Amino acid sequence: MSAIFKRELCSYFTSPVGYAVLSIFMFFSGIFFWVQCLYVGTSNMSTVFQSMFFIVLFVIPLITMRLFAEDKKQKTEQALLTAPVSIPGIVFSKYLSALVMLVFCLCSYIIEGIALSFMTTPDWSVILGNVFGMALLGSAFCAIGIFISSLTESVIVAAIASFAANALISLFDTVASTIPVDFIKNFISSLSFQTRYGHFALGLFSLADIVYFVTITFIFLFLTDRVIERKRWA
Amino acid sequence: MIKVKNLTKTYVREKALDNVSFSLGEGDILGFLGPNGAGKSTTMNIITGYLSADSGTVEIDGIDILENPTEAKKKIGYLPEIPPLYNDMTVQGYLEFIFKLKKIRLPMREHISKICDMVKITDVKGRIIKHLSKGYRQRVGLAQALLGEPPILILDEPTVGLDPQQIIEIRKLIRDLGKKHTIILSSHLLSEVQAVCDKIIIINNGKIVTEGLTDELTATGKSTTRMNLIIEGRMQQVYSLLQRIDGITNVTEQGECEKGCYEYVIESNRDVRRLIFRAFAKTDYNILSMKPVSVSLEDTYLDIITGKAEEENKNVSDI
Repeated sequence: MSAIFKRELCSYFTSPVGYAVLSIFMFFSGIFFWVQCLYVGTSNMSTVFQSMFFIVLFVIPLITMRLFAEDKKQKTEQALLTAPVSIPGIVFSKYLSALVMLVFCLCSYIIEGIALSFMTTPDWSVILGNVFGMALLGSAFCAIGIFISSLTESVIVAAIASFAANALISLFDTVASTIPVDFIKNFISSLSFQTRYGHFALGLFSLADIVYFVTITFIFLFLTDRVIERKRWA
Repeated sequence: MIKVKNLTKTYVREKALDNVSFSLGEGDILGFLGPNGAGKSTTMNIITGYLSADSGTVEIDGIDILENPTEAKKKIGYLPEIPPLYNDMTVQGYLEFIFKLKKIRLPMREHISKICDMVKITDVKGRIIKHLSKGYRQRVGLAQALLGEPPILILDEPTVGLDPQQIIEIRKLIRDLGKKHTIILSSHLLSEVQAVCDKIIIINNGKIVTEGLTDELTATGKSTTRMNLIIEGRMQQVYSLLQRIDGITNVTEQGECEKGCYEYVIESNRDVRRLIFRAFAKTDYNILSMKPVSVSLEDTYLDIITGKAEEENKNVSDI
């Protein structure tokens, strides 16, 4: 299992993908940090995290697009599936490599925090809480991306479809606001990633939100496992 | 070592495998022979646990591949039809990855160099797989199958893409490996199977058509002898004269090859060379050439495959 994890993580950096992801992420997080903290003159980074929602939504498909699609295309999945490793083991290793890649991206906030500390005392609990929230959001996006990657042989299709799926989920809020029936409205908005993630950015740390993102991650990793297993029987 | 029982596999509409059963002992080299789409790769994919059969069982050294896949897979080295290579890795990096993936408990560097020497890829160990030629890629694929010295090797067309010199080397390697490992190899090259394997299974349309030891199958071919004759003289008379000779089972006329001379192919169930000579010595017709044609496994194979095909066509037209 650790072999697959290491290979996937290394392959981000043997291709331009890893560098592209890191630079896109750090570029936007840097811009938002400059505009919303340094320029305005506040040490509150919450707004930066709120703005980064759409960047995460865009960047994660780049991280997850090749995880299964490329294996299928290059036929390397035959090596994985005939090795003494279970399918959940394979899925989890790949998920973990994507998550660690995201954590690399999140390190940029630590740098920004340190930059702030030269000027004022940053509120580390807010920064770390937000990083944790973004990691949870990213984890759910990763699981969705991996699931979509397992459905196709084309890396490009996987990227576009994951991006569309993520965007659709984020639209739940807009959809909810148009529905007049209250309980449907509440139900849909409770599914919204943006609302849930917004709680973290506001500094609210609720167990329900954590459970929600972990559950979404688990459901999509489980579905990925089913897709691969089903292919054996097709 | 390997027990395959009643495998059946259906893809969307067509039956890929129909009740395939066979078993192999330790140190056997089995050759899988069949035209494209016969079900060779499907069978191999099922044995290695990559695909699952609709029904039937596969036992690897007493372990059922469905009940305990992890243990069963540890005993198999598999080279699929397209070698599963990561293009972005170096040969050494890739082999180290497979080594860890297979959870092999041997000294890694030494073991990898040993395998690289065996398949002669030591000189490209530091190169990126993407830049390798087809022959090298095939050999890196073979190397990953050999890693960990699994007791069972399953090789899907192992010599595809190699040059003649390499083919000879790899065949020799497979024969040497056969002393310690149980090997299943598929090929569309009949000569290869003949040269390397002890046992042969001919498969067509998902069914086993023939199975047996290589020597036996080659010998069945020899029970009918075939000869090529060139005889000067009028075709019809020569033809009927040939037909009257005792032991000749079939005469086909191949056309005029020189002026007034015709070529014939005869099949007989025993040696008829003397009888033919005497029969023609009494006439004005001259035998210009008499050449026995060896019936190889290839003919047996083609007979079996086309024979079956014809039979099926007949069945279809009957309906």
